[in-house]
This record gives sequence, structure tokens and C-alpha cells, in this order.
Amino acid sequence: MDYNLMREFADSWGLLVMALFFVGCVAFALRPGGRRQADEAARIPLKDD
Amino acid sequence: MKFGTEIVALGLFAFVALVAAGFGVDEPFRQHMWVLFIVLLGFLAILLRNTSFATTAPIDPSAYMDGPIRYGAVATMFWGVVGMLVGVVIALQLAYPDLNIEPWFNFGRLRPLHTSGVVFAFGGNALLCTSLYVVQRTCRARLFGGDLAWFVFWGYQLFIVMAATGYLLGITESREYAEPEWYVDLWLTIVWVAYLLLFLGTILKRKEPHIYVANWFYLSFIVTIAMLHVVNNLSMPVSFLGSKSYSAFSGVQDALTQWWYGHNAVGFFLTAGFLGMMYYFVPKQANRPVYSYRLSIIHFWALIFLYIWAGPHHLHYTALPDWAQTLGMVFSIMLWMPSWGGMINGLMTLSGAWDKIRTDPIIRMMVVAVAFYGMSTFEGPMMSIKAVNSLSHYTDWTIGHVHSGALGWVGMISFGAIYYMVPKLWNRDRLYSLRLVTWHFWLATLGIVVYAAVMWVSGVMQGLMWREYDEQGFLVYSFAETVAAMHPYYIMRAIGGAMYLSGALIMAWNITMTILGYQREEEPMPGSIPALQPAQ
Repeated sequence: MDYNLMREFADSWGLLVMALFFVGCVAFALRPGGRRQADEAARIPLKDD
Repeated sequence: MKFGTEIVALGLFAFVALVAAGFGVDEPFRQHMWVLFIVLLGFLAILLRNTSFATTAPIDPSAYMDGPIRYGAVATMFWGVVGMLVGVVIALQLAYPDLNIEPWFNFGRLRPLHTSGVVFAFGGNALLCTSLYVVQRTCRARLFGGDLAWFVFWGYQLFIVMAATGYLLGITESREYAEPEWYVDLWLTIVWVAYLLLFLGTILKRKEPHIYVANWFYLSFIVTIAMLHVVNNLSMPVSFLGSKSYSAFSGVQDALTQWWYGHNAVGFFLTAGFLGMMYYFVPKQANRPVYSYRLSIIHFWALIFLYIWAGPHHLHYTALPDWAQTLGMVFSIMLWMPSWGGMINGLMTLSGAWDKIRTDPIIRMMVVAVAFYGMSTFEGPMMSIKAVNSLSHYTDWTIGHVHSGALGWVGMISFGAIYYMVPKLWNRDRLYSLRLVTWHFWLATLGIVVYAAVMWVSGVMQGLMWREYDEQGFLVYSFAETVAAMHPYYIMRAIGGAMYLSGALIMAWNITMTILGYQREEEPMPGSIPALQPAQ
């Protein structure tokens, strides 16, 4: 494990995995049917004290 | 409360400090250990005097634990005033160098006292108390771990006292925003892990199935700061009884580690943590749910994925490899996306309730905070562009940028949160005075405008003077000439800071009177609708 190997891994597979994870998070947040759940979650602070 | 274990542990800790004060290998370390010993002894005396053997009522496990939060709110106010006062003092020292009082109160020692004072003491306490307030109320669970919250609170105050006194004694690692030496760093690590356990434990025992987005932001702040603090402070002490240590890294690696830490201290301490505050307190004060919950989730993940890579923009045109500089710049530019997403989300939470900006000075404070979040996170990426940075770097422009974020965003959202929380925590109907909040609002806002505008002018002038060549290739201005040219701006900057400080003093008065249970007789805010009277 030298520096160059780690760097190459970081800018190839590492980058791909993280980018896909991020796209997955966005897709999950915007999934159809997610709106109702999100609206419920948004009301959590307002329910009581 | 008997405080048995606490008293024994404190006694032992104080004894260790005394031994270290006796055997320390350098003078500052011995002085610092005397400070520690006296502080611990004082605390021990307080605990001994408050020991009571009367049986105490059993704790209701369903009630929220608000004691440490009340202390935290008071500590936030106290450290805020101290940190801002030191800021005004060092601003005046720059304008009038005679105010440097050697050795303890010269600029070099007071400057980290100011930065740590406002970032870690004021901002840190604000994050600590609001995070514990928010996590209980959005998880519907009492804080985890019994008295752990008290340990975290007092442990953090001890860290602040040790860091602050260390700076004045001349003990420093010289790492920006991470100046405390190795033994203070170790103590903070212990306190921070306890904080993580406290927060995570409370989330795990939640009764609300969903983890509200504010808690995600707070948790990311706690986890990331733990990681940054540990890696950046990897160092070897010269002696375990001495105040000097050397970093595990050297050269450009050391610089990049420092700015990976430094930038993410801004990103996760001063941004993510305070966004957690925004996502709870803005909806509460406006009494409306956040504009788009799904946007807040995307905001969160985009911020997490992008911020951590932006650090290299602090090292443009240095020995850092070019690709790393460009990487830092590109990720900084991409940060526009989450910043503006978050700003829009915060502001649009008020849609349908815009009249509150006119009638509710606390909402006004929060709106200005979010607006400054948007402005300073627009300015930051712009300054990270290499061509812009070649003009702005090392100049007062940077100082102006930092303060528009710190005074405008961090300060204002914290003030808003404290104004919201204090009447609730002490069961008061309302604040002592809303008129005083308006005064605070205008003093603070105008103070920021004066400060930031003056620093822009001063910084751009400084950068242009540094790079001015004559036709033969000689520099036109000597360094001393650029310093002399900045003198009037330094005075104006001190005035802007003093305005902001006076706003904070008004707040301290208002909060104190609220806690003591007073309500000021005053005209209602203009535009607010009077309560309707029933028909006779």
C-alpha cells in the first residue's frame, strides 16, 4: 500500500462508490411516495414541547 | 445529591494537577498546572458545600433533562460577551499598537483567545445546549446516561478555561483554531467522546420513529469534529510533564492536515451544527414546518460529501501539489449548491408568514442569519477561485469574509435560538423585552455591515498595494506603507465590532432579566395584531 496506489484507488473506485452513494441518497429522498413521509417528518418539531 | 464519586474523582484530579505543578519541566507548564489545580479546588469546594444527605425525589424518566441546557444557555451568553470583548480589544490593538501589554495581553496571545472564545466557547456552548434541547424534543426521550450531560457541560467549560489560560501564558501549538497543547487536547477528546455517547444514546432510545433532520446535522458535527480533532492533533510531547509537543506530520503534509482541520472546523462546527439549529428553531419560531423536508435531506448529504474536500483552497500557490489545490477549488465551487439549497429552504419556511419579519424581531434575527449564511457561502467559494485568491489571500478580505459568516450567520442564529429557548427553559411567559431584541438586532446587523464592508475595502486595497509594480518591475509600496494605509479602516472595524458587542450586552441584560422573572412594561411591537376582545 503505497501513496500512488491509494491515490489511484481514491480517484477511481473510491470516487465512483461515493458518487453512487450520493446519487442513491438523492434518489431515495425524491422517490415516489416519499412526499407523504417527508411531510410527516417535517411536522416532528411542531407536535409538542 | 451526595456527589460522592464526583468529589473523590475531583480530589484525585486536583492532586495530579498539584504533582504536575511541582514536577513540571518548564515554567509555563507549572503555571498552567497551578491554574488547573486552583480551578479544580474551587469546583471541589462548591461540590462539598452543596452536598446534601436528604433523600431526593426520584427522577421522572419521561421528563426532559433541562438542567445542563439552562447552564449552557447562560454559559453561551457569558462566553459570547467575553469573546466579543476580546475581539474589540485586539481590533483596537491593531489600530493602536500601544495597547499591546506584554507579555500576557499582546496581540499574539489575545488573538487565539478571541477566536477560540467566540468559536469554541460561545459557539460551542450554543451548539452543546441547543443540540441537547433539540435531540430530546425531536426524539421525545430524556437524555441518555444520567449525569453524563453534566460531565460533558463542566468538562467542556474546563477545556475552555485551560485553553484560554494556556494562550495567555504563551502555551500554543501554533495550529490555527487548534492552538491548545497536547494535554488540553487529550482532555477535550475525552469530553467529546462523552458528548457523542450522550447524543447517540439519546437518539437510540428515541420514541419518535424518524430521526429529525436537525439531529442528522448535529450528529455529523459531533462525529466529524471528533475525527478532525484527533487527526490534526496527532503529536508527540517533548515531556509528559511539559507544555511543548511536535506534530506527527511535517512540511506540506502538516499544512494540509491543519487546513483539512481548519476548513472543516468551519464546515462542520460553524456550518453543519448551526444548520441543525436552523432546522429546528426557524420552524419553531415561525410555527410552520420546514419548506421542503426532502430538500433538507439533499442539503445534508451534499454538504457532507462536498465540504470535507474543500480544505486545500487555504493553500493556493504554496508547495501543495497543483492537483490538490484545484481539487479544493472545484469542491468549494460545488458547495454553492448545498449552501443555496439550504438558504432557500430556511427562508421559504416563512412562506405564508412573511408578516412575522415585521412583527417578530426573533424571526427577523433568524432571517438575517440565513441570509448571511447564503452571502458568506457565496463569497467563500468565490474567494477559493485561484485567480481571486491571488488577490484576497493573506489580506483583510479574508477577515471580513470570516466575520460575515461568524457574526452574521453563527452569531445571529445562536441569538435567535437562545431568545427562543430561555423563556421556555425557565417557564416564563415571554422575554423581558421584545423592544430590546429589536435594539440588539439593529446594533448587530449594522455592526456586521460596517465590519464586513470596511474589511472588503481594506483587504482589496491591501492586496492591490502588495501587487503594484512600477514600469521597471520594482514594488511600489513597502509593507509598512500598506499597514499605514489601513489605519483608518482598523478604527472603523473596531467601531463595527463595538456595535456588535453592545448588542450582545443588551441581550445579556434581557436574558438575565427574563431568567430572574421580570417582564418589561412596553408598547407591543408595531404591526402585531392585538388580542381580540369578546363582544359584550
